[in-house]
Amino acid sequence: MQSNNREITFATAINEAIHETMAANDNVICYGLGVTDPKAVFDTTKNLEQKFGSERVFDMPTSENAMTGIAVGASLNGLIPLMTHQRLDFFLLAMDQLINSASKWHYMFGSQQSVPITIRLILGRGWGQGPTHSQNLQAWFAHMPGLKVVMPTTPEDAKGLLTASILDPNPVVFLEHRWLHNVKGFVPEGFYSKPIGKAKKVKSGIDVTIVTMSYMTIEALHAVEYLEKMGISCDVIDLLTIRPIDWDSIFNSVKVTGRILALDTGFTTGSVAGEIIARVSMDCFDFLKCKPSRLAMPDMPEPTSPALTKGFYVRASDIVIAVIQMLGKDFSMVKNDLPEPIPHDIPGDWFKGPF
Amino acid sequence: MVTDLNLELLTLMMRIRMVEEEIAREYPKGEMRCPTHLSIGQEAVPAALGLCVSIKDMAMSTHRGHAHYIGKGGNLKSMIAEIYGKSTGCSKGKGGSMHLIDNSVGFMGTSAIVGNSIPVGVGLALASKIRKTEQISCIFFGDGATEEGSYYESVNFAVVKKLPVLFLCENNLYSVYSPLNVRQPEGRKISTVAKAMGLGVDEVDGNNAIESFKSIESAVQRIQNNQGPQFIEFSTYRWLEHCGVNYDNDIGYRTEEEYLRWKKNDPISKLKDKLLQEKLISEVQIKEIIAKIEFEIKEAFAFAKESSFPENSEAYIGEYAI
Repeated sequence: MQSNNREITFATAINEAIHETMAANDNVICYGLGVTDPKAVFDTTKNLEQKFGSERVFDMPTSENAMTGIAVGASLNGLIPLMTHQRLDFFLLAMDQLINSASKWHYMFGSQQSVPITIRLILGRGWGQGPTHSQNLQAWFAHMPGLKVVMPTTPEDAKGLLTASILDPNPVVFLEHRWLHNVKGFVPEGFYSKPIGKAKKVKSGIDVTIVTMSYMTIEALHAVEYLEKMGISCDVIDLLTIRPIDWDSIFNSVKVTGRILALDTGFTTGSVAGEIIARVSMDCFDFLKCKPSRLAMPDMPEPTSPALTKGFYVRASDIVIAVIQMLGKDFSMVKNDLPEPIPHDIPGDWFKGPF
Repeated sequence: MVTDLNLELLTLMMRIRMVEEEIAREYPKGEMRCPTHLSIGQEAVPAALGLCVSIKDMAMSTHRGHAHYIGKGGNLKSMIAEIYGKSTGCSKGKGGSMHLIDNSVGFMGTSAIVGNSIPVGVGLALASKIRKTEQISCIFFGDGATEEGSYYESVNFAVVKKLPVLFLCENNLYSVYSPLNVRQPEGRKISTVAKAMGLGVDEVDGNNAIESFKSIESAVQRIQNNQGPQFIEFSTYRWLEHCGVNYDNDIGYRTEEEYLRWKKNDPISKLKDKLLQEKLISEVQIKEIIAKIEFEIKEAFAFAKESSFPENSEAYIGEYAI
């Protein structure tokens, strides 16, 4: 029996998904730097080793590339590996195995064998993470045929989609925004999964379509709340899966609103938001009432000093302004009404660093 | 060593050589339209491995993988058809010469990226250990791959977890056209480094099929006796160019002299002459073996040529497993 009567954090939801999937399938193994240490990757891997033993749950050498290839090999011989990296940026050492092995195996060997591996990568912004601890590279992974890329926002979706990712017969890159780990939400108890490749309408409206992902959904919801007071209603689509993208949900919404704003947590050039704007412009051109818009991170490395990150991030106020501009209305009060929070570089009081 | 084994080693090496020679003859016609790396001169190790391990044991290989595929017992028709890009190929025309696979004999795949298949092979062994299937994983790679980070990472993990892995390093002295002495310090042996990392190690003349067989046999026993992952360095030599079907001693990266020295150390002639001398085999028997292999090769090439190409629409199928 599922009950919806409890609120848990995103991190706990991740932990539950792993526990329940490992209990349901003996072939699932879980490893990564720190998964068995006292911090348990922000508590997401808590008690796994105690429950499932050190053969199925283990810490690993600092060898991101080989350990990814080892996951590929283990999957070819009957296991279902789940890997975790505390920062996406370290996983860049494993691009050879992700791109040349995992994403290609099924296709290049004539669909004989697939690679059912899931790679959890944590990404984020703020707290001086700086140039090499903050990169949101979902567009890189989404570029690659053969990979699935999942990027949930709410605890409920995180749990259901992680379960689905682990049990999917293909390699899945599962992206967790650090600023979401402490977000609470209602989460069903027990084992369940949500479909990969399906976006979710988190708000219905008729004026502007906002396509968003991961932490940007939180900023979008704050923006929409403000816009509602101005009598502007937005259709907010949380992508949840970055590859394959649920184009139908996006196109159907744009056909109603005629306006699109795409949000992204990554750099602007070559972003997923850019791809969405391109496809909407090509496939829904006749429905558009104004030029499309996108908001993503500046095309610069993220600096470290809090003085340098002031105004650097896309926030609710930027989203509100972009929407109002599309409707040709006055936005002069927005920055006053929605000032940058102080401090601006943490998701909330719960976050005390260090990473 | 029983006579049958000598004969099997010789036959398998000849089979590998003759297939490669037929590819070399046919390649200039332009019907095999993919990069092709031949193993002529390096037949002993793949033959020895194939005869040492069972079908349930697994092997991973590289861009130069034809010999390993055949040695492990891979289907010849499917391999030739794959090189011709046909729908009957082992990868349905999507992989080509550098992406061979025959799961039915434990030949788990080859990679075109140097060092790429080493961790995959270690992963096969991890699953074997966790699932208690008692398979060993045999990983072929060259001297160049021992310069890749993935090699050190993979060896380290295999040693940490005491995995059933046999690392087979075929040192043929060249990475494409770059000689070993510009890539690794003089006097430092690949096997010495392997030993320092905790592998059980042997070094052997990779052009001596019987010695290679004995070395592999003993390494396999050590793995089965739970003595951890093992490593063998085989010295050998590639007769032809890195990629393609021609001799290239004239272009200046190695000397004709060096090549002739290695050619005299031909693994096939050496074993054949020895068996003839010891009267363990006759010229007639050799002729019979050649005729049998020629027939099989003719059949495989005919099969490949007669097979249809995949439908063009196949290019857009198979991104994901369902």
